[in-house]
Amino acid sequence: MRHTISALVKNHSGVLSHIAGMFSRRAFNIDSLTVGETIDPAISRMTIVVEGDDSVIEQVEKQLSKLIDVITLEDVRPGKAIIRELVLATIKINDETRTPVIELADIFDAKALDMTEESITFEMIGDDRKIHSFLKLLQKYGEPIIARTGLTALPLTDVN
Amino acid sequence: MKKTGSQIIVSTLEKQGVDVIFGYPGGAVIPLYDELYRQKSIRQVLVRHEQGAAHAADAYARSTGKVGVCIATSGPGATNLVTGISTAYMDSSPMVAFTGQVPTHMIGNDSFQEADIYGITIPITKYNYIVKNIKDLPYIINEAFYIAKTGRPGPVLIDLPKDIQVQEIEPYEPEIELNLLSQLEKDYSDKIEKLQTLLESAKKPLLYIGGGVIHSNASEELRKFVELTNIPVVSTLMALGAIPNDHPLFLGMLGMHGTQAANYAVCDCDLLITLGARFDDRVTGKVNTFASKANIVHIDIDAAEIGKIIKPDLSIVTPARDALRSMLGYGFNREAGPWEEQVKKWKQKYPLKYNKKSKFIKPQYVIECISDVTKGEAIVCTEVGQNQMWAAQYYNFKYPRQFITSGGLGTMGYGLPAANGAQMGNMDKTVWNIAGDGSILMNIQELATAVNEKLPVKIAVLNNCYLGMVRQWQELFFEKRYSNTSLGKRQDLVKITEGFGGQGFRVDKQEDVKPTIKKAMEINDRPVLIDFHVDPQENVFPMVPAGGSNIDMITSCPDKE
Repeated sequence: MRHTISALVKNHSGVLSHIAGMFSRRAFNIDSLTVGETIDPAISRMTIVVEGDDSVIEQVEKQLSKLIDVITLEDVRPGKAIIRELVLATIKINDETRTPVIELADIFDAKALDMTEESITFEMIGDDRKIHSFLKLLQKYGEPIIARTGLTALPLTDVN
Repeated sequence: MKKTGSQIIVSTLEKQGVDVIFGYPGGAVIPLYDELYRQKSIRQVLVRHEQGAAHAADAYARSTGKVGVCIATSGPGATNLVTGISTAYMDSSPMVAFTGQVPTHMIGNDSFQEADIYGITIPITKYNYIVKNIKDLPYIINEAFYIAKTGRPGPVLIDLPKDIQVQEIEPYEPEIELNLLSQLEKDYSDKIEKLQTLLESAKKPLLYIGGGVIHSNASEELRKFVELTNIPVVSTLMALGAIPNDHPLFLGMLGMHGTQAANYAVCDCDLLITLGARFDDRVTGKVNTFASKANIVHIDIDAAEIGKIIKPDLSIVTPARDALRSMLGYGFNREAGPWEEQVKKWKQKYPLKYNKKSKFIKPQYVIECISDVTKGEAIVCTEVGQNQMWAAQYYNFKYPRQFITSGGLGTMGYGLPAANGAQMGNMDKTVWNIAGDGSILMNIQELATAVNEKLPVKIAVLNNCYLGMVRQWQELFFEKRYSNTSLGKRQDLVKITEGFGGQGFRVDKQEDVKPTIKKAMEINDRPVLIDFHVDPQENVFPMVPAGGSNIDMITSCPDKE
């Protein structure tokens, strides 16, 4: 099962190495990892998506908690956090596919950022499932070139 | 008044109570060494290879309980520390390593003697730093010592660019912001009560103790607890000495080369109380047959150890000593019964044994003699392999921090520099290094360190002309194909030792073993090496084949006497 871990970590140049290194050293698989500064420049928020059963996730959390640079962490569940990802997708189009592709994008709230005679580029923001569906349906019209940011999450408790 | 980075380092070391540093100078640490030259309170030991510095600092820490300190220069000096740091990390030894680094403006340019030691040591340190701003230096050094010794101990590395060592700032007294104890459980009285209930209903309880008992200085509490509860004790390699070997309820080491009594007890017990141990594969063998009839209680200072290998029925994240004190406070009490009779019977029926009628000197006999002559009071360091296992099995340990060995990483070449480090921390004690003819050569240069520092360490080489432990595996599991384990012509270790300025002896007759050990004990101003020519074919038994169940021990070789 996939888990999304949201962690507050110290913001210095070695943090990413310490955290990514722990994952590779202990043979845990990272699906995605995003990191960005918080309002306090000394602290960053990191969102790590990990695949594994409960005992693996328990170990991941314990090993992460042990790292000196990790301040707090939380295994965030959908409903208890806002989880989003941004994807950029460029797909080739022709007279026949132009309209259905744009209609599909509309349904998913994808925004066209660039368009030529032969191609169109969308930006789409959503959770894992929405992005998965959009990309799957888009592939009916060709092979899109994509770039994904990876999931980022904000636990709802943080808002309070 | 402003101080240079080097001055800040030295004064912080003094404040931390550091009295000895093991190191090797080089271009990138000249300013730091210059500052050390000007002070008198910290003794500096010049090793002959940086690996020796790391092992010596590690063993100094293990044998004294204080933080060990080592220094190396940038590049190759720093990378030579790596094996030593990794050794300390695997066995949770508190150590602070300082490495020189090229000046900050030259980092990343592939400068002379530049290596990314910060990046290299991330996975083998508890934490590490590269100091890029002199302002951070006072904080970093203090935090490094705090991290090394607080909670589960471990090595910390500080990489010091050369310009940082000479820059000046107004020094300040930092306050540590970290709290490494926040993950410990604070109130676990309900769990202690539950443990008491488990113990009351258990018929065959067993204590399985590990290095955490040593690190938390829990021996006294452990002894009391065992007296009051009569629970038999098995120990990992790392906890030997935590309880005296001759304690009637002590069954010895468990695991791959453990005693039959210890392994039978683990297989048969119905309650296993784990104290400061981590279910290492050399201990458990096949995990799903390990203590499979037992409720498992896991008490450890490191939350991440709970459930890593075995899911316990009850766990407490706390230092071993605190848990024991808490249990003692609860008035844990238990009468000995049939179970204790049973384990004592096993102990009697299945003692460690070797052929005492052999024409060869048996390595086990050598250890027994050393144990005898030193009355079980020496600090015993080892290399890794058969020598290590025989030392663990046949030395009669009496007190904690007495047995200094590379358990987790299994580092050959550990013993000699470790003996130097342990001797530096314990000038009043006799320090022995039990070595093999393979491993002694891995850091033989440290004889020079011992000679120069007038360290009277004693080295017993169990010389069997083989890389014995690998040869043993080849004999048992690879149809005697002794690939690359025969060491060929013997080196003249006596001449080598004397060439360094130490005293060497050679022993090839059984009757000379004990007298020579006694002779070695009389030398107190230089290292002594005794080259024991032992039975080349001798194996370490009992043995649980890797990945096998602990109950399936090989106890002797069928085709040997």
